[in-house]
Parts: sequence; C-alpha cells; structure tokens
Amino acid sequence: MSTAPETPAGAPGADAGEMSYVYAVGREGPALDGLAARLAGVDGRPLRPVAGGGLCALVSPVPADAFSERGLAAQMEDLDRLEAVARAHHAVVDAAFAETSVLPMRLATVYLDDARVAAMLVGQRDQFQELLGRLEGHVELGVKVYADPRAAATAPAEPAAATSSGAGAGRAYLRRRQAQQRDSQDVYQAASDLAARAAHLAEGVASSRAVHRPQQGQLAARAGVNVTNEAYLVPRDHAARLHRELAALADGAPGVAIEVTGPWAPYSFATAVVAEGADGGGPR
Amino acid sequence: MSDSLAGRLPASPRGAAPGYGQQGGSANLADILERVLDKGIVIAGDIQINLLDIELLTIKLRLLVASVDKAKEMGIDWWEHDPSLSSRARPAQQAGAGAPPDAAIGSAQGAGAGSGDEALAEENERLRAELARLRSAAALPGSAAAEAAPAAPEEER
Repeated sequence: MSTAPETPAGAPGADAGEMSYVYAVGREGPALDGLAARLAGVDGRPLRPVAGGGLCALVSPVPADAFSERGLAAQMEDLDRLEAVARAHHAVVDAAFAETSVLPMRLATVYLDDARVAAMLVGQRDQFQELLGRLEGHVELGVKVYADPRAAATAPAEPAAATSSGAGAGRAYLRRRQAQQRDSQDVYQAASDLAARAAHLAEGVASSRAVHRPQQGQLAARAGVNVTNEAYLVPRDHAARLHRELAALADGAPGVAIEVTGPWAPYSFATAVVAEGADGGGPR
Repeated sequence: MSDSLAGRLPASPRGAAPGYGQQGGSANLADILERVLDKGIVIAGDIQINLLDIELLTIKLRLLVASVDKAKEMGIDWWEHDPSLSSRARPAQQAGAGAPPDAAIGSAQGAGAGSGDEALAEENERLRAELARLRSAAALPGSAAAEAAPAAPEEER
C-alpha cells in the first residue's frame, strides 16, 4: 500500500493499495472542484472530484486494507476510530453543503477506484438529479426536546446511602420522592407540550419532517431525558428564523429544554436507497 | 439557544445558530452518528459493509446512542427504578397531587425491595405500618399525615 502523496485532482485512484471513499455527490462544476482542492477527508487525505453523468462526487483515497469489509468492521467497532471517520465524513459534507447542494452519502461508501465511482454516478444520474432538485435550497434542522425532572425538583436528590437509619430518614426519603414524583409528572407534561409546540411551529415552515430515535446512553451527553428527536427540512432562507423561534420556545419553563441543531446538510431527507443499478454496468 | 435555557440545564452550550459549514468540529457526536450512519444516500458500493454490516453496526451503535434497553443495562435507568417514575407509581401520578399517601408509599416500598435496597424497604415497611395504624385510628394526626403526604413544599428544604 502506498502512502505517497495523492494523485492530482481528477485522476483515477489507480493505486491497488487504495480505494475511493465517497463523501457526497453534487452537480459537476467549479463549486465542487474548488472544494475538493482545499478540503481533506478521512485521515487528512486530500479530496478529489470524480465526475460522471453531469454529477460530481467528492472522493478521497483510503487504504484498501483498512476499508475492506473486515477492515471497516474492525474500525467501526472502535468508537474512537468511528468518531474520527464520522467527523471527517461530516466535515466534508458540511463544508460542501455550505457552498452548494450536495447529497450526503452514508458513512463508509467505498468503491474500488474512481472509475467505479464515475460509473456509479452515470448509473444513478437520474435519481441523484431528482433528489438534488428536491433538496435544493433546503437545510435540515434538528430539534430535540428534553425533560429534566431533577433540574426542576423542589428537593435535590440525595444518595440513598444517606438514609442511614431511623424513621426520620425514611420519611425524608418519602417526602423527597413524593416531591420528585409531582415534579417529574409536571416536567414530562411540560416536555410533551413543548414538543407539540415545536412541531407545530416547525411544520408551518418545514417541507418535510423526519423522526429520529430519542438519544439515550453514554453518548447522550446532555442532562435530562431526550423525549423527542426530530429533523425538519427547511427552506434555507427561513432556517435562521425558525432556529431562533424554536430555541426560544422553552424560555421560562423549568425542567424542560429544547435543543436546535443545524443547519445540517439534509442527511435525514437524502435517504434514498440506491439499488442494484449502482454497478453502473461495470463488473463487480 | 437562549441564555436562560443555557443557564437552566448544565449541558454543553451550543451557542447561537452556527453558520453554514461550521458544524464540522463542534457538532455533537451522537447527532453526527445518527445522521452519517442512519441517514444519507445508501449506494451499493464495492465494499458491502454498507449494505449489511452497517445495519448491524447501527444496531450496535444504538446501544450507545439511542437504546433504552442498553441504557438500563448500563445502569442509566434512574427513571425506571425511581419509584416516583415507575409504572407502579402511575396510579398515584394520575391521581394528581391529592393522591393518597399510601399509594405512593406502596410504590416506593415495592421499588425499594425490587432494587435490593433492603434497609430502605424495611424503613418503608415500618412507616407503612405506622401509617396504617394511624389511619385505622380514624383521626389522622396532623404531624404524621403531613410528614407522609406530598404536601408542604417547605418541608423539603
């Protein structure tokens, strides 16, 4: 496998030790050519534009061993490595999206070489053009609503170990639980109301809506319980205003929060599964 | 995100809406992963992991990002075992603030025993018995009732 500096932009990735990782697809033209010239992909490898069918894919070389099926599986099992690849992928998509309409590819979309990428573009031309047209001028906003009963609790929760002995400790525990119960009931109701108001507000502007799973687990770094996690496809011109209005919805409400993220490239609305024709007529 | 919100929840503040192209370094990993792994165009690339294994991976990833079940396994389950949030406490919750104190006590006891917190369960058992005695004595003396009832927020301080 070669670690030599990469081939010039537009040249096929002919190196047998490398494959072609596709980040995003847009319309062929100076915008993507210019982006490719100054962006880096996974592991800092230079991007290159690969054209086909009037479309252009942003591609970087990746080591064939690390991005083979086995290599990828191993990489993806390693959260640190997964994070590095995911952030590099997203950084390219995000930078490209800032300048022109692109379709983000699923993570780890890898072809044997640039010729295979070009063949894929030709084969998928109609579908990609249609999607690009539909998503043109739109951005994605993420909207998450949180309930945090603990933040709203009238009594701070104490470790159970603190209830050492005696009836007083037990009563104190029960009083705390009672208060927490009342508070959390209110907070979840408030979060539900907040989510409904957010959806109502967003749907007045958005042209499409996607529902993600609420985030929980060790990566859900935020305090509280994520009760809704949605994405809206919004005309670019309205995104900043909607972002502001959504973020302000939770003002003054204790124990609930709304987090608005984006603008994102329209990941959640570029979800077409491109089927067998992806071979573009070429041999496997 | 508004200032007041940022002050209320101790989460990493995201600040004002970022401009286009500025999310690459700052976006939350969970937000990125749910998009790059779950969304975006799926093409049958030459490396087939993105057809089959990514599906498996996504499931695995949900163990980190989005799985209630896994969260429980990992012990991030306070809402489950918390008697004030458990299903056993639901009737009391639905009854509102005027819920009879014994319903909530029962739920607390049940959850305490279920989570193996025996000392707490005993404690609750004693209180329950005491409360039952008091209630059966017909006239609820103010002190005992007030201590067990969900009223009087100033007592929480």
